[in-house]
Amino acid sequence: MLKAAVAVVVAVTSMLHTLNKILAAVAAALISSSLLQAAVLPEDRADVMFHSYSGGGVTIDGPSLLVRKDIASTVSVSANYYVDTVSGASIDVEASGASEYSEERIEYSVGADYLYDKSILSAGFTSSIENDYEAETWFVGISQDFFGDLSTISIGYAAGSDTVMQNGNDSFEGQADRQNFQLGLSQIISPNLLMNINYETATEEGYLNNPYRSYRFVDPANTSNTLSATEVYPNTRTSDAVAIGGKYFLPYRAVLSANYRYFTDDWDIDAHTYTLGYTHPLDKGWIFDLTYRFYQQKSAYFYSDLHAFQAVDESDFRGRDKELSEFNTQTLGFGVSYQFAISTHLIEKSSINLQYDFIQFDYDNFSDTRDQVALGEEPLYEFDAEVIRLYLSIWY
Amino acid sequence: MKIIILISLITLQLLSGGCSLLGIDDIEPWVKPYERQNIADPIMSMNRDPVSAAYMNHVTQSREGAKGAEGGGGGGCGCN
Repeated sequence: MLKAAVAVVVAVTSMLHTLNKILAAVAAALISSSLLQAAVLPEDRADVMFHSYSGGGVTIDGPSLLVRKDIASTVSVSANYYVDTVSGASIDVEASGASEYSEERIEYSVGADYLYDKSILSAGFTSSIENDYEAETWFVGISQDFFGDLSTISIGYAAGSDTVMQNGNDSFEGQADRQNFQLGLSQIISPNLLMNINYETATEEGYLNNPYRSYRFVDPANTSNTLSATEVYPNTRTSDAVAIGGKYFLPYRAVLSANYRYFTDDWDIDAHTYTLGYTHPLDKGWIFDLTYRFYQQKSAYFYSDLHAFQAVDESDFRGRDKELSEFNTQTLGFGVSYQFAISTHLIEKSSINLQYDFIQFDYDNFSDTRDQVALGEEPLYEFDAEVIRLYLSIWY
Repeated sequence: MKIIILISLITLQLLSGGCSLLGIDDIEPWVKPYERQNIADPIMSMNRDPVSAAYMNHVTQSREGAKGAEGGGGGGCGCN
């Protein structure tokens, strides 16, 4: 496998030289430059995590196991096993008249990173299975350090295919294809400041609805009443996201971090995400983290809390998914990590970590229709969620 | 796969080579290796908790309309 990978990279490099002399000269200059330093593979480590999300009437928890190991000095492989066990009933389930339910989603991922000269080539595959949804995604990526190791450029491409099913309706099956392209630049600005810019564009095509969700519209026979029908979504979506962030090392060994992301898509969802973080280590292996995140989005052009009419055909889009509405979330997170030594030559170091996030969801045009109140008098929906991660990390 | 790697390599070389073409090659890296002990501190890592960060991305992606540019290595969440 290693020989084959080397052969591919050598062949690609050879093709590059043949294709474009200028490009080859630039590449040669880069590769021979004394400014370049070796790229580094990710550390060998294993993480065993228990995760829990509780909010909006739903509890989702389960384990996650991530293992990464180099199998040669130039190849690192990783594998992840992840489970979501869902129970409860969200507002969408309650509003539809359905009762509480439980289901399980299992996700497997494998990946490999290959260090070649000053570059790291990555590839991976993820499979997610639940009783009414299956998704497969593969990705490839490459990153390269340059400019005296002050800069790292990375490029990634992912493609996936989803199969959407509906419990209780065996005749229904939808397909969706997804692709995304990522570009990133990480730059050391000063001895204490590291910044990065990431860009991602994504396209989705196919059945993008949630088959269980419905929209409501005014009953033409009685305007003080509403009726509901299955949502009608566009079958394509294209989005762009750009993020800029940085980490600053404070004089007393602590880190301040900030990140801003702008998202826009052709469904007219514009979103802004602001994240602030503070990391404070103490003696004897303790590290404390504090984060604040603010997220705000505008609603999709075909979203309405109450549509005036029923859709006349499949291109007359109607949605009332709260994820498409105008809303904001605020997250306050706290984390504590304790690093300790295990007296064995097989393990370099270990840490036990607990992270807790409290999230407030505030919807601006999504009403809570669970109680029988007059049309137009329904309160806006809001809820809080708690997210917990407890995990053990081992470096070897 | 080979085509994508080829395209990625070409783009990478163009981007990183852009420094040479723009004459930025003449600029010396201004943070010397011996000045990078703070940058190399584990608490400065952009990916300090990969399993936790991937999970939080999953939490937000499945409840918010926006996604992407989190700086991860790709992949999908299958979380509609």
